[in-house]
Amino acid sequence: MSRLATGGVRDASGDAGREASGDAGRDASGDAGREASGGADVAVRLEDVAVRVGGRQIWSGVSTTVHQGRFAAVLGPNGVGKSTLLKVILGVQPPAAGTVEVLGGPPGRARGAVGYLPQRRAFDPGLRIRGVDVVRLGLDGHRWGLPLPGRRSRAAAARVEEVVDLVGATAYARRPIGELSGGEQQRLLIAQALAPAPRLLLLDEPLDSLDLPHQSTVAALIARICREHRIAVVMVAHDVNPILSYLDEVIYLARGGAAWGSPREVITTGTLSRLYDTSVEVLRASDGRLVVVGQPEPPSVHGDRHDR
Amino acid sequence: MTGPPHAVHLVPALAAWLDPVAALREMWALPFMVNAFRAGTLAAVLAGTAGWFMVARRQTFAGHTLSVVGFPGAAGAVLVGAPVWLGYLGATMLAALALGRTGGRRGEGDGALIGTVQAFALACGFWFVASYSGLLGGTTSLLFGSILGITSGQVTFLAVVTVAALAVLAASGRRLLFVTVDPAVAGARGVGVRRTDVAFLLLLAVAVAATVEVTGALLAFALLVLPAASAQRVTARPATALGLSVLMAATAVWAALTVAFYTPYPFGFWLTTLAFAGYLLAVALDRWHVLTRWRHAWRPSARWRHG
Repeated sequence: MSRLATGGVRDASGDAGREASGDAGRDASGDAGREASGGADVAVRLEDVAVRVGGRQIWSGVSTTVHQGRFAAVLGPNGVGKSTLLKVILGVQPPAAGTVEVLGGPPGRARGAVGYLPQRRAFDPGLRIRGVDVVRLGLDGHRWGLPLPGRRSRAAAARVEEVVDLVGATAYARRPIGELSGGEQQRLLIAQALAPAPRLLLLDEPLDSLDLPHQSTVAALIARICREHRIAVVMVAHDVNPILSYLDEVIYLARGGAAWGSPREVITTGTLSRLYDTSVEVLRASDGRLVVVGQPEPPSVHGDRHDR
Repeated sequence: MTGPPHAVHLVPALAAWLDPVAALREMWALPFMVNAFRAGTLAAVLAGTAGWFMVARRQTFAGHTLSVVGFPGAAGAVLVGAPVWLGYLGATMLAALALGRTGGRRGEGDGALIGTVQAFALACGFWFVASYSGLLGGTTSLLFGSILGITSGQVTFLAVVTVAALAVLAASGRRLLFVTVDPAVAGARGVGVRRTDVAFLLLLAVAVAATVEVTGALLAFALLVLPAASAQRVTARPATALGLSVLMAATAVWAALTVAFYTPYPFGFWLTTLAFAGYLLAVALDRWHVLTRWRHAWRPSARWRHG
């Protein structure tokens, strides 16, 4: 498998004013300008990471850095392994090659500091557990023993109220979660991921089950949390448009390789054509939305666009 | 056409209902009834708790499978001269391990395959019973229980199992709930999803084996599923639902024992009938939002807090 286009655009300081010349197609191996290890505010650092699933290499040569308080999106065609990238950062999927550093340590070490929203089918409509109970599980569901009443339990309940309020779900948080709409469930799940006060938020297609107005409100909510609480967000997205105006970084995965940098540098006709090794055109609509034309969709492995 | 018509037996039952203290005193004067109440209460606690998790996890078919395989286990144990409880426990634990290995996350992977094995297990149990000439009427007692024949030794066994199962649930219940509701996030937070799934199937096997001693192989499932399903309809708070499930199971057992004592109909029939009546009541409460309305009437501030 030849790497067609890999490029690191932003340097480790993350300062948009000091971006390396906007050549997103530069080869990663020549990208020596990157600092070897990030500073204290680096949330995620990937260095020449490759992943194999079931003996098959799904992507390789990905190097990028996401800083605290920055909003990064993982984009790419269906089935390319976007969710797998989140699993690598979580420490659930070990990389086949390269270095992964999460919040200054190996992935999987700072579990309490990483909030995770997996790609999600809706909850079973018959599930008779309240929304607040589901949020509470994100706070202390991994603990042994009974949640006995006391100071700790009151503090936990207060924290649950706080995050439920933060995502604007107070009105329905006490109803059984199976009875709620997809958008309501998604807000409560974002609250669940926020409950342990994470420094890194990994979101896998959080807008997928929502209609268009809800997509933009949830996208705005995530961006606000990212800025105001200085939480790094890495979000897998199928459609870049609802989050485009908030994005600091884009990691674009394709069969042949990957490109990363600011959205303006990565989502371009030149970069994507190199990445796909075919003629791809990026068009900008009058309202700023991007349309990628001619993007080859790889054959779906399981007939399910949500695999990986 | 000899003997009084069945309706005559209802008279002492009604009298017991009017004076429950006298009825309890009368029943508890008999040692076998004391043992029946003790064993029934322990089974209710165990089945009420394990059953709530089973229903929340949508594993009722797995629970049913475990109950059914208890029958050939016990019949086989009788055939080879081993203790009956060992037969129940051995069969349900083996079945739990097999379900955990082959049945996917809920232990129900291929429903048709499991159903086929269930049917064969019942046939084996029947064959074991038929091969054993000394056990008269044994089939009925294995399938539907013999609560009036519970020994003190069985009560002790039940008490040990119940305490052990409650201790395990107290230690790991929160993690179990996390895995039940949200396996992907639980896994990311370091909870072993696979291990927890298998551990719960084993716990369910133990609960079934203990309940089967009281209710028989076919009705153990009723005590596991009915109170839990009713509690789930009434409240969506996990802790309240667990308590309510145990309370409903215990109430059903106590009422069934009392009614069965004063009528010619067996305990198992009354247990399932009363538990089913409780379920219908819970569905009615849920359907007409009775509880929500009460809460609003008493606490207007809670208007928007449902469940």
